[in-house]
Amino acid sequence: MSRTPQGFTQSQVSWSPWLPPLPEAEFTDLHREALVDPARAKNPYFALLARDPETLRERTKTDNDIFYNADGGLPRAERELAATAASRINGCVLCASVHSRFASQHSGRSGDVQKLLDQGVKGDQDPRWRALLDAAEALTQTPPRLEASHLERLREFGLDDLALADLIHSTAFFQWANRLMLSLGEPLEPSS
Amino acid sequence: MSDVIDRLVGVTQGSPVDQVRRRRPVTRDHAQGSWNALFEPQVLGTVPLKERYAVALFVTGVSGDEVAGFYWAGLLREGGGDWAPGIDQAVQAGTTHGPYGRYDTHGNLAHESVEGLRFRVADALRPQLGEKLAAALDHAHLLVFRPRESSQAALKLLTDAGWSVTDVVTLSQLVAFLTFQLRVVAGLRVLGEVAR
Repeated sequence: MSRTPQGFTQSQVSWSPWLPPLPEAEFTDLHREALVDPARAKNPYFALLARDPETLRERTKTDNDIFYNADGGLPRAERELAATAASRINGCVLCASVHSRFASQHSGRSGDVQKLLDQGVKGDQDPRWRALLDAAEALTQTPPRLEASHLERLREFGLDDLALADLIHSTAFFQWANRLMLSLGEPLEPSS
Repeated sequence: MSDVIDRLVGVTQGSPVDQVRRRRPVTRDHAQGSWNALFEPQVLGTVPLKERYAVALFVTGVSGDEVAGFYWAGLLREGGGDWAPGIDQAVQAGTTHGPYGRYDTHGNLAHESVEGLRFRVADALRPQLGEKLAAALDHAHLLVFRPRESSQAALKLLTDAGWSVTDVVTLSQLVAFLTFQLRVVAGLRVLGEVAR
């Protein structure tokens, strides 16, 4: 039997929708285009979001560029760190599991990522990750509390304007992702 | 051409923030494309524009962004909405700081639960806004401030109020998108103070 994960984890978590995804037989070209990656028609999360195909298409293209555009800016590992921090604060166990794995994979620092999951964003981290997490934490609040001092601190670690903009976008995007994942279904431990 | 994020940030052409946004043209185009898909869609579906503007005015209002609130109030007015005074009252009652909420389903996180306002549009205000819009505002507040408390029961309140499953997807996207956009805007305003 699948059950709800008891806390944050880097292990695989699955997701079960609370509303019926669009049946595959009802997909038109517009829906398939919205998936960007056609294999996503089998994924209940994307198949549910495909009910509003224009929005899904634009959202997916925004998502992919914020995280995968490798033309300078913030290293991928730290974009994923920001995504994990937002998910940790908002309480999205599923989003945190996916993006903590990416953060570990791209940084090679699985132990520090695990500490973020176990202790939260205020836990002990090295100075660069401390500064990144403080900025992501401030921006995740409603209303956002990011201040110039957060960004000035990050400049001391060599972040340029593009890297700062990447941090802002990665953190901001997960406000969107967390709220969809949390409100349209629930995380489950995969049945073994 | 400037876009909605530029307008809300106050970006001028050629400024450092303008330049940094143009280093990520795909993000820039599709962040605006997402706005278009939600607020000027090619296929409207069954969530009317006026309702979309009203929810946006509420979300930006309770999130404390006055510039965005002014922007949405203008669109709602142009859209023929007589809801603005009612939304303003709901915003007054619903403005708070987040995120917060209980962890009811993840046992190891129960001790991290944080109590806060569980907002519902006041009974006296509901006839003026209509039950359907009022239900959308109740849900928007849940999503903005305590997304960890989302539930199947909360979705049922929306479908009981007359929103279809597809409408619920659109409304959820709309609220969640705005929590993204308002942070891009807030972040870029701060970046503008320190950009080189």
